[in-house]
Amino acid sequence: MSLPSGVFQQSYAQDMAIFRTRTHWLLLLVFLVLLFTMPIFSSNRMLTVATIMGISVISVLGLQILTGYCGQISIGHAGFMAVGGYVSAILTAKLGWSFWAALPCAGLSAGVVGIIFGLPSLKIKGFYLIMATVAAHFIIIWVVLQFYDVTGGADGLAVPRPELGGLVLKSKASYFYLVMIIACISVYLAKNIVRTRAGRAFVAIRDNDLAAEVMGVNLWIYKLTAFFIGCVFAGVAGALLVHYFAFISTDNFPFMNSVWYLGMLIVGGMGSIAGAILGTVSLKLLDELVTVFGPTLAAVFPAIAAQAAASLGLIMRGMVIIIFLIFEPRGLVHRWEIIKSYYRRWPFSY
Amino acid sequence: MVTGFGLGMVYALIAIGFVIILKSSKAFNIAQGHFVMIGGYLGFTFLVTFHLPVWASLIAAIAVAAIMGLLIERLTLRPLVGQSVLAIIMMTIALGTVLDGIATLVWGGEYKAYHGVLPTLNLKVGELSVPPETLIGIIVSIIVVLILMIIFRYTKMGLAMRATAEDEQVVQSVGIKVTTIYAISWVIACVVGVISGILLGGVSGVSTALAGAGMRAFAVVLLGGIDSIGGAIIAGIILGILENIAAGYLDPLLPSGGGLANVFPFIVIIIVLIFRPHGLFGLTRIERI
Repeated sequence: MSLPSGVFQQSYAQDMAIFRTRTHWLLLLVFLVLLFTMPIFSSNRMLTVATIMGISVISVLGLQILTGYCGQISIGHAGFMAVGGYVSAILTAKLGWSFWAALPCAGLSAGVVGIIFGLPSLKIKGFYLIMATVAAHFIIIWVVLQFYDVTGGADGLAVPRPELGGLVLKSKASYFYLVMIIACISVYLAKNIVRTRAGRAFVAIRDNDLAAEVMGVNLWIYKLTAFFIGCVFAGVAGALLVHYFAFISTDNFPFMNSVWYLGMLIVGGMGSIAGAILGTVSLKLLDELVTVFGPTLAAVFPAIAAQAAASLGLIMRGMVIIIFLIFEPRGLVHRWEIIKSYYRRWPFSY
Repeated sequence: MVTGFGLGMVYALIAIGFVIILKSSKAFNIAQGHFVMIGGYLGFTFLVTFHLPVWASLIAAIAVAAIMGLLIERLTLRPLVGQSVLAIIMMTIALGTVLDGIATLVWGGEYKAYHGVLPTLNLKVGELSVPPETLIGIIVSIIVVLILMIIFRYTKMGLAMRATAEDEQVVQSVGIKVTTIYAISWVIACVVGVISGILLGGVSGVSTALAGAGMRAFAVVLLGGIDSIGGAIIAGIILGILENIAAGYLDPLLPSGGGLANVFPFIVIIIVLIFRPHGLFGLTRIERI
């Protein structure tokens, strides 16, 4: 951990703190103020984008813990989000529970499903595990489609918006606050989870699981814990997504989303909480760019107008991931560290 | 049953392309289904749009495939040699997405089929009549597979490829050019993909949904054993037939009436991974720290 020169730690508590200098606190404060005043100065469209971004951040944080820290690659994250989403939707819409009771249930149930599909991870890894999680996604979606009476199958299900003390969170701004508060709590939790004993065990498993086992890390417990934690985040994110759209169907959780979540990790940087946030925000912004400039491009090249919008997003996202894998495999966070150490040492860099 | 057989051959062809790359460079190529899709569209362009004869369009398509394979290997996979499994898999997924985007851009991503353009054969086994185009598909794929097996088993190139998969540093130290081996294996995989794409276009048509078939073909790869070409074929046929039977007999029993065919390969994946991770014919790997 590099710190600006002249900062000395004099106690263990200071050494372990996440925010270590006054500038850190100031930056955090400015960021939070900007974040929570956003509804005042931004348009409806921006709010929507930011809300979806917040939900994705929660989900990607889970994936970061599971894949970035514990090394258990999962391309089934959208499936686990679907579990959370459906549990929350059924509890609120069919059984009349309040959103606040349904949200933890959504997280927990997604976690349990995650453990079930994490079981093969005890025997297999790498490509095999990826295929197991891909299978998990498709099986979950298929099971959802089977129970038409409960889930609404392919037709979907209308879901009520959450209420808070008689106030229905109906406006975009109110839901934005809800998502951002939960996202901030998740970031805080995730940042601390990876610093605990379990978090260090995850990193040991990622670097070499056999060596970790020899050192006394219980693979059976910690791999499943990683799946549980990762999928709890996914479940919460899924529930938030469903209540935001006030509607749920399996189309909300396409397979490619699972892939893009991994892409966000790669763009942001594996094994870093900040990386999860950076990656999500930058890929979502890229999507926005495509949506905004797609029509312009179609106007310039009328021959490909019909397909341009659909194909441009695919090509752009694919190219971004390819470029990052080749030129910056450690992600934006690594680039940011380089910049930071540069300006901290500034006139006296090596 | 026969439909299942044809489907199984499609799976097997995708799986073979996958196994070739895996055998020579230990890279997991998720984009193999997209190669097949591109092949189908290329076939459409050459056969229908340009009205070329079958042999000419086959040669043209194979040439394009070879160039595509070389470019992909040199530009995207070469920089990743020695990187983690995740990096390579994400690279091939991203590659697949780009190919998907290109297909949408160039061919509109629509369903294209060219029945009756490819030569046909008729065969009757007792009561059972095999659809002619399925038969052609089966014959061509058997020929392709035989050629590949011979290459892998009896030529120096095949030996070098298998050795490269085992340990690229040792191979380099005995004077084999690893980069050439990688390039050749990608070219072969692309060509196999394109040939099967053309066959498929003639039999049942191609669309961007074929990439999904690519995903399902991994059930075949896993069932057959991840490094076995013969296993890929047998598993492909088994899975194709099983999928059809499952859809035929079990779908009516399910509450919402079906869709089992789409998810069946994934159930197979989970079962195989839990009980026999190295598949039917694969080698068990022992890991050292």
